Amino acid sequence: MVHFTSEEKSIISALWGKANVEEMGGETLGRLLVVYPWTQRFFDSFGNLSSPSAIMGNPKVKAHGKKVLTSFGEAIKNLDNLKGTFAKLSELHCDKLHVDPENFRLLGNVLVIVLATHFGKEFTPDVQAAWQKLVSGVAIALAHKYH
Amino acid sequence: MSLSNEDKACLRSVWKEIGPSWPEHCPDAIYRMFLSFPSTKTYFPNFDISPGSPQIQAHGRKVADALNKAVEHIDDMPAALSDLSDKHSQELRVDPVNFKLLKHTMLVTMAANYPEILTPEVLLSLDKLMEAVSRVLISRYR
Repeated sequence: MVHFTSEEKSIISALWGKANVEEMGGETLGRLLVVYPWTQRFFDSFGNLSSPSAIMGNPKVKAHGKKVLTSFGEAIKNLDNLKGTFAKLSELHCDKLHVDPENFRLLGNVLVIVLATHFGKEFTPDVQAAWQKLVSGVAIALAHKYH
Repeated sequence: MSLSNEDKACLRSVWKEIGPSWPEHCPDAIYRMFLSFPSTKTYFPNFDISPGSPQIQAHGRKVADALNKAVEHIDDMPAALSDLSDKHSQELRVDPVNFKLLKHTMLVTMAANYPEILTPEVLLSLDKLMEAVSRVLISRYR
């Protein structure tokens, strides 16, 4: 189980406080679909994903990205109980959505890159390390109920 | 997964901006890798891993030079990186999973320093470049 020090918790919350969740959510999901095109397999109903600009401008991508990142926000409020927080979502991703947990790792890393583009030098190695722990913890929590 | 002509054109163009200062930034990517993925330190048991460590600086520059070489010889990476490929298979034997970890921290370092350059399309090409280099480096592992 991932354990966060109090310093890591405040690093994470401090950055999250300044993040534009709606914008970064769409950007994160969009970049996932561009850089790892096979991840588009889950989004047949999203319409035009035929080019990077189509993907990044797609309103369904933006909306779903916002939803995904908002749920990250829940994780940040519950860093000591990621598995509990994501139990239902884990079941959903396994039983209904049939998503390979590798995708959670890919998305988490894309989020870290998006944070780096937004925060630049402020996204120091220490800040990155705390966030890598978070995205790894979320990925593990989301995979926890798989069977 | 192989580099298309569009990828190569994109990379040549992007590298004109990122390449010259990459030897200066790459050590940061190495340091980030050690901090975020502590298991990677097992390959450097004698290193001073504190921020600004001269060993990390030197190693980062070495890695940067190799990536610069890869881009310079983007049409024939296996030949250009042949010695490095031998070195990784015979001497270093770094487990292949680690190339993805360094790739990630390199992309984060580039994103933090060149946010306007790292568009989704550029990110795609850079990711593919590093995967291509990794494949060359592990090509003789077995």
